Amino acid sequence: MAGAHVSITVNGKSYEREVEPRLLLVHFLREELGLTGTHIGCDTSQCGACTILLDDIAVKSCTMFAVQADGRSLTTVEGLAQGGQLHPVQEGFWEEHGLQCGYCTPGMIMSVVGLLQANASPSEQEIRHAIHGNLCRCTGYQHIVNAVQYAANKMAEGAKQPIGAD
Amino acid sequence: MTSQVDIPKLVGARVKRREDPRLITGNGQYTDDIQLMRGLHMAVRRSEYGHARITRIDTSAAKSMPGVVAVLTADDLTDVLGPMPAAPATPDTKIAPRNVLTKDKARHVGDPIAVVVAEDRYQARDAVDAIEVEFEELPAVVDLEAAMQPGAPKVHDQFDDNVAFYWTLHTGEVDEAFANAGIVVKQRMESQRLQGVPLETRAILADYQPGEDHLTLWTSTQAPHLLKPIIGGMLGMPENHVRVIAPEVGGGFGVKADLYPEEVLCCVLSRRLGRPVKYVETRSENFQATVHGRGQLGEYEIAATKDGKVTGLRVKILADLGAYQGFFGNVVPTLSGLMLTGVYTIPALHCDIYGLFTNKTSTGAYRGAGRPEATYYIERMMDLLARELNMDPVELRRRNLIPTEAFPYQTASGMLYESANYGPALEKALQMIGYDRVREQQKGGPENGKYTGIGVSTWTEICGFGPSAALPGVGGWEMGKVTIERTGMVTVHTGTSPHGQGQETSFAQIVADEFGVPMENIRVIHSDTDKVAHGVGTFGSRGTTVGGAAILMSINKVKEKMKRFAANMMDANEDDLDVSGGRVWVKGSPDKGVTIGEVAAAAYFPAAFPPDTEPGLEAISYFEPPNFAFPFGVHAAVVEVDSATGQIALKKYVAVDDCGTVISPLLVAGQVHGGVAQGIGQAFYEDVVYDENGQLISGTLMDYALPHAEDFPTFELDRTVTPNPMNPLGAKGIGEAGTIAASPTVVSAVVDALKPLGIKHIDMPLKPERVWRTIQAAGRPS
Amino acid sequence: MIPSAFEYHSPTSVEDALGLLGRFGDDAKLLAGGHSLIPLMKLRLAAPEHLIDLGRVQGLSYIRDEGGAIAIGAMTTHSAVAASELLRSRVAVLAEAAASIGDVQVRNRGTIGGSLAHADPGADLPGVMLALNAELVARGASGTRTIAAADFFTDLLSTALEPNEVLTEIRIPVLPANTGSTYLKFANQASGYAIVGIAAVVTVSGATVADARVGVSGVGETASRASGTEQALRGQPANADAVKRAAQQAADGIEPLGDIHASAEYRSHLVRVFAERALNTALGRAQGRG
Repeated sequence: MAGAHVSITVNGKSYEREVEPRLLLVHFLREELGLTGTHIGCDTSQCGACTILLDDIAVKSCTMFAVQADGRSLTTVEGLAQGGQLHPVQEGFWEEHGLQCGYCTPGMIMSVVGLLQANASPSEQEIRHAIHGNLCRCTGYQHIVNAVQYAANKMAEGAKQPIGAD
Repeated sequence: MTSQVDIPKLVGARVKRREDPRLITGNGQYTDDIQLMRGLHMAVRRSEYGHARITRIDTSAAKSMPGVVAVLTADDLTDVLGPMPAAPATPDTKIAPRNVLTKDKARHVGDPIAVVVAEDRYQARDAVDAIEVEFEELPAVVDLEAAMQPGAPKVHDQFDDNVAFYWTLHTGEVDEAFANAGIVVKQRMESQRLQGVPLETRAILADYQPGEDHLTLWTSTQAPHLLKPIIGGMLGMPENHVRVIAPEVGGGFGVKADLYPEEVLCCVLSRRLGRPVKYVETRSENFQATVHGRGQLGEYEIAATKDGKVTGLRVKILADLGAYQGFFGNVVPTLSGLMLTGVYTIPALHCDIYGLFTNKTSTGAYRGAGRPEATYYIERMMDLLARELNMDPVELRRRNLIPTEAFPYQTASGMLYESANYGPALEKALQMIGYDRVREQQKGGPENGKYTGIGVSTWTEICGFGPSAALPGVGGWEMGKVTIERTGMVTVHTGTSPHGQGQETSFAQIVADEFGVPMENIRVIHSDTDKVAHGVGTFGSRGTTVGGAAILMSINKVKEKMKRFAANMMDANEDDLDVSGGRVWVKGSPDKGVTIGEVAAAAYFPAAFPPDTEPGLEAISYFEPPNFAFPFGVHAAVVEVDSATGQIALKKYVAVDDCGTVISPLLVAGQVHGGVAQGIGQAFYEDVVYDENGQLISGTLMDYALPHAEDFPTFELDRTVTPNPMNPLGAKGIGEAGTIAASPTVVSAVVDALKPLGIKHIDMPLKPERVWRTIQAAGRPS
Repeated sequence: MIPSAFEYHSPTSVEDALGLLGRFGDDAKLLAGGHSLIPLMKLRLAAPEHLIDLGRVQGLSYIRDEGGAIAIGAMTTHSAVAASELLRSRVAVLAEAAASIGDVQVRNRGTIGGSLAHADPGADLPGVMLALNAELVARGASGTRTIAAADFFTDLLSTALEPNEVLTEIRIPVLPANTGSTYLKFANQASGYAIVGIAAVVTVSGATVADARVGVSGVGETASRASGTEQALRGQPANADAVKRAAQQAADGIEPLGDIHASAEYRSHLVRVFAERALNTALGRAQGRG
């Protein structure tokens, strides 16, 4: 089968590759680009371990072909921390023990980043609902909920500060 | 006073995990994240039948597919020595030969028949479809009671029947207890088959280096040290030429404490092809080829006096081993046998356990492994007994709890419970759940067909394995090595293999407190058999209890040696010295001392050696536990059952656990939350379903239901602390607590809710339809 | 996990997509959001030789108020449908059904047209389309035609779309005044698909039910209308007793599927219970309560 040329921006960096059309986006990220923070946990789109942002929208990268992302801009967990500074959601997961084995964590974090973009101060029920597409087998979700609340508070505090304040 | 005592202790404090920065940034390295030059990919052709004779395999088309390097069947595996080992339950346990590829017969859906190795994973997957296998389907053995029947189809033709082992236990005057009983209650209960579902499926990478005759195996395992000698043995390689590494492991839950054919296959193929070979299980394969958990049928009879004193227990358990035996597959049901009596004084006990072959995936350890079953059964029986006696189920429990003054307590099942104090945990849980309030509320009857129920369940478990005698062929000890580096940094090697438990943090907390050095100066190394001399692994809630104790032993040895060097440096008597606060100092004159860095410098530089002292500051210890550990607790839940649909809403959940001394409260809470979620998963949602032909019906995550975040309320946790007197850390273990406690707790709550309808028991999982049908059958639908 | 190889086509117009469909016929599958098709391909339960991705076709993603109807482009995502103020205020049943599909990530990719064209028996939207008397607009080589929802879902995973047609638009007729609607779902715990999904639309006239429409998803091989319940409710007093009586017929005429998640008998029972609950909610909304 003929290869396809794709041009995909990942974490602000542009990549050009020839790929097989059937190459799953998650394999493109992991194998072609070496961005192995995005994980694979199932083959039927239930677990969400492969969640990334596609033009700022949370999607499951195992349920997309790389060719579908041609010309699009992606963010993976590797792209969250800026200048050595953790993203508030990452910080929340660390502070609140929101992870154990860490395998679902990148996908979970990306879903939460998507959530907080849409809803800056979600209730506990909204948080639990928003991560329905992300399975975690370790935490029982409770510390993840705490982590999201931590991140939401942190981001709200950050938003209150005048621009340019550090 | 002085700096030494002012440093806040880390043991018992809320400490953020040191593992997390790499994991939250995508820098954790799991097995499939490792890419080696010239790496090949393996894919497996598996049986789609539960039981079938293999009449023909044709690999020729597959061999000519693009990128295919090799296609192998059982006939090609001349360099694998013997079948995979499995621990026996009894001396005469029949161990079914489990070859890495099956030859004549497929015995479960997913039984591996052939493998493809190709340049990339897409090509390997394509070639699997090109392997032609002809099957002649055979009648399958699926049901446990049917498997015991004379004339049942046999899973293994060479054995007389499907019974792999019979394990029995008899203590006290059982017949007399039943003959004289004021009341006898019987119940048949199921603890259904489950999937472990670690979010990372099994992933394996083998790399053989011919120059050194050295094999490196990266594998997503809980027990690299267990695998090393076995892999060496099966490949005919000296053990010390095999290196097993468990990199970041994405969840284990027991199912990764086993060893697997694909691990051997990747090693064999790498050695044969001279290139690295990787295998990553798909989730669908994981459901077929990674050991399942539970799979038990219990028939119980409990005898008691009219005033609710339990006098005897008669138990028959049928345990589903599956088609072969996972490494721990035979052992798991015997753990149920050892924990039959729970937290109660039950003087007379008879138990028969049959381990049975069926045409299903092999079973093995899954979080709790044998203890959730035992706890579920005894707790259900206590509820049933209370119902028959018309007694409050909590009051019945109070009357039968082993009293605090009776510890250490010898159970009828032969266990020595080292220490416990059940009463306070029970009272605390009752207060947290608002027991009396809910009971009062129930008097109002159902609202809109919604019934409220409350369940209270006690639990204890056997964990912290060893002693070694309990784990033949494996060992129950653990290794801990502590090295003070030349710069005063501390390096810890542990034989445990944490995979989410956070022991890079909790072990560092212990070390930090003991030496008084900052966490940043401590590094904990694990899960690499070339770096860590020996070990057993992380399973059965043993990591902290056994692994931590070994480290503490080494810390104490290193302290002694530090004192020797420091005494020499300060011209003091080593008996007068103490180590803390990052210094070695003179008792009584704390200002007089040297820093650990100074001692380390002295220990590695010849000028400072005291007489008859070897250089270096390092100690290695093996902790052999004198006994198992028996943590305990009480959980309680409130549910609301919609009688029109059978749907259950979990309204409140409280857990009071006692795991002895707590090293890291944050991590303990995480363990309890996750465990409770899994226990509720078993109670409400999870179910491995096979049809009568042995076809796996629940074969993907679209059919095997896991709990989601929305399914839970906020769990409310508290604890009591009863230090373990037989453990140097005072620890008891917490990894499996939640799973063991939660299933009986929430089932009890649901059954309690439906008490007005005359319902006494419902088998797990309490899926809405099952609950609804039970309500229908009770004849009083709302 | 790994699909079979295929040739990928990425047309930018419906005309080009139709041209490709004409060329490859049965060997081709249309790819919309991919959340039904790609999992099947990964399990190798589907292996199209040609995949025609509609993702770059312009002008298929919109929600427009066109006076007598609300027009929704076939490539509009479930998230967009769920979030649409227009739909939430005017056709709550559709917004609620879209919000109940899968999970956030699935809704962010999955499309209304893709879901309807796939016609999975567990899909949420087919019953909603029936209850709303929606019209589905298909374009083929010979032009555009409109298919009534009642004629669209023909069989298990089958629709009235011809192999060389593309579903381009869904048209929802504006609901009359004093109408309330809702979607109530009993979801499969594992997959999130509907075991029972009830789309209820109720119009009242004073204290009387003027009209009631009930779409049932997830139960039979295709979605269907609970016409017995609808008839039993029309002209009845607008109260819970009437709803309760009418809902008893909600499963009549449906041949329910049975699987490990819910037997046929249980599905039938749930249809009745959920129909009653959904109708009560819809009725309340029609009466301006809630």
